[in-house]
Amino acid sequence: MNFEEHAAKPLLKAAGIAVPDSRLARTPDEAAAAQEALGAVVVKAQVPTGKRGKAGGIRKVDTAAETRAAAEAILGMTIDGHRVNSVLIEQRAAIAREFYAAVMNDPASKGPLVMFSTLGGMDIEEVAASDAKAIRRAEVDIRRGFDAKAARAMLKGLGLGDKDTQVADVLAKLYKVYRDDDAELIEINPLVITGDGRLVALDCKFVMDDSAVKRHVELAKQGTPEKLTGLEARARALGLRYIELDGDVGVLANGAGLTMTTMDVVRHLRGRPANFLEIGGEAYTQAKPALDLVLANPNVRSLVINFCGAFARTDVMTEGVLAALEELKPTLPIHWSVHGTGDVEARAMLKLRIGVVPFATMDQACAAAVESARKAGGRR
Amino acid sequence: MIVRGSDRVLIQGITGKQGTFWTERMQDYGTNVVGGVSPNKGGAVHCGVPVYASAGDAMKEGGFDVSVLFIPPLAIKDAALDAIAAGARGLVVLTEHIPVHDVMWFLAAARDNDCKVLGPNTAGAVTAGECFCGFMPAFNDTIFKPGRVGVISRSGSLGTLICLNLVQAGLGISVFIGIGGDPIIGTTTRDALEALDADAGTDAVVIVGEIGGAMEEAAAEYAAGMKKPIAAFIAGGAAPKGRRMGHAGAIVMGDKGTYDSKARALMAAGATVVETPSAIGAAIAAGLKG
Repeated sequence: MNFEEHAAKPLLKAAGIAVPDSRLARTPDEAAAAQEALGAVVVKAQVPTGKRGKAGGIRKVDTAAETRAAAEAILGMTIDGHRVNSVLIEQRAAIAREFYAAVMNDPASKGPLVMFSTLGGMDIEEVAASDAKAIRRAEVDIRRGFDAKAARAMLKGLGLGDKDTQVADVLAKLYKVYRDDDAELIEINPLVITGDGRLVALDCKFVMDDSAVKRHVELAKQGTPEKLTGLEARARALGLRYIELDGDVGVLANGAGLTMTTMDVVRHLRGRPANFLEIGGEAYTQAKPALDLVLANPNVRSLVINFCGAFARTDVMTEGVLAALEELKPTLPIHWSVHGTGDVEARAMLKLRIGVVPFATMDQACAAAVESARKAGGRR
Repeated sequence: MIVRGSDRVLIQGITGKQGTFWTERMQDYGTNVVGGVSPNKGGAVHCGVPVYASAGDAMKEGGFDVSVLFIPPLAIKDAALDAIAAGARGLVVLTEHIPVHDVMWFLAAARDNDCKVLGPNTAGAVTAGECFCGFMPAFNDTIFKPGRVGVISRSGSLGTLICLNLVQAGLGISVFIGIGGDPIIGTTTRDALEALDADAGTDAVVIVGEIGGAMEEAAAEYAAGMKKPIAAFIAGGAAPKGRRMGHAGAIVMGDKGTYDSKARALMAAGATVVETPSAIGAAIAAGLKG
């Protein structure tokens, strides 16, 4: 779960990391009023993505009129697919030096990774490519944690001079936020030394581990909900994993890997998948709402149902789909592939109830689904 | 990590519905289940084996080698640490949606204690004709007919389909290693590949990968030096960027974790990368002919 800057910075502040004074504004009037209270400010688009600056979503302004104009221009912009609904009006800092600091889950070392760079304000991947010596990394044993002493050891030799202790203190505090709030990533870019020698976080990106949201229910309310289509939101409410795509071949399968693969094979056969919809795992009894969702997409012209039973039984899933078919009576062509646990029973059921013999392979079922979508053309 | 019929298996969460159902399947197949753990039911007998209050008790009173955990996400960390402290040689962690900080914690403890972890979010491991740990349909011999092909998979359902296709092509399975669909897991694709390379019962290896992460690329580095033929299928080529495709680990971020990167790395290492699962049997058969 992503948190926008205005929702992430209070976490830093609460941990004792300085952030500039700021106010959130949803209208140009609110923005202008905030500027009058704060003085020289930056107007910043609030969207859960980087690249705001390049997209024109960040502007420096000095007067209420300028702030109003900047807010008018930025509110309603679309940056990286996200519509800007609010702007942060933030007091401007005099910048003497810029750093980068982050803590993240690291699949390579299977533990937390603290990163620091003396080249702040830049994309860390660009720094890694151009000036690897400016970056320090510390792999952390999560059982032992990461304190200011460990941070000082990490920073040694970077030429931070008398700022060494201050930076180490911020890194230790950042690590604490990472642990306390189950971050997947928490990043300050840039972390700056101001003209008067203070260390201030000018931006903050915080991503909470989706699997840990259940133990941070209150904080999670501050996060940005994932951008979902109407059908995706409906699926989410039902506990189904559904992703809407722009094709015309509906896909219903069990398990994440098999569902992805069914989409892949449809595409490989020059068809266009209309969705990802998995009913494996705990959702394997939810065939009816699942089928309902697939059919609710008006672009769907044919359907491939691909079951391969392991944990989920294909006869239970097939039974569910058959009941759903009897109720929903869809007219579009349906193509079956059924293998694995319970397949003998499932095949017998399909033969008896709807006179269907599943295809011998999923490739054949996908090919038939692609072909019937092509034939159905624009209409259903 | 390969589980053998001689390994003594403990089931943590044995008295739950899934724990009970799959313990019976494992026992029927030949898995050497020696006991179970259920904190409030120590002293009971369930599925014909003693139930202990903790893995520590199970180790003291009967001993075990590998523990299979049927435990909910927020209780996993303590259960895993219990088994690791008791001296488990291996853990099979089936649970999905475990907070990643908890995973990193018990993986660090496991590493310090020479305990190998399969998962989280795995369907388990099968040693065909011998034993299995988890919830794979090992007992279905249209899928797990014993043979000499090893399979590594991030996905249970897709791994099952791949095994089915191998058997339909006249081949058989030696060992199936489900490594799990999470971004941070105990046994990586490369770890599993090294285990199958060293396994005398395995002549060829199938890698079933997915978009997201860099595990297939890391495995390719090892694959380049292997003599056993390798075929691979990577799921998610048709997936949109930036969306998690069911598995927490299956996500393309920017230009990281893409299908192309994985397929290119494996092909450069000499593996055959197939475009549909049904082509996997022919690819392995060709590799074995050499």
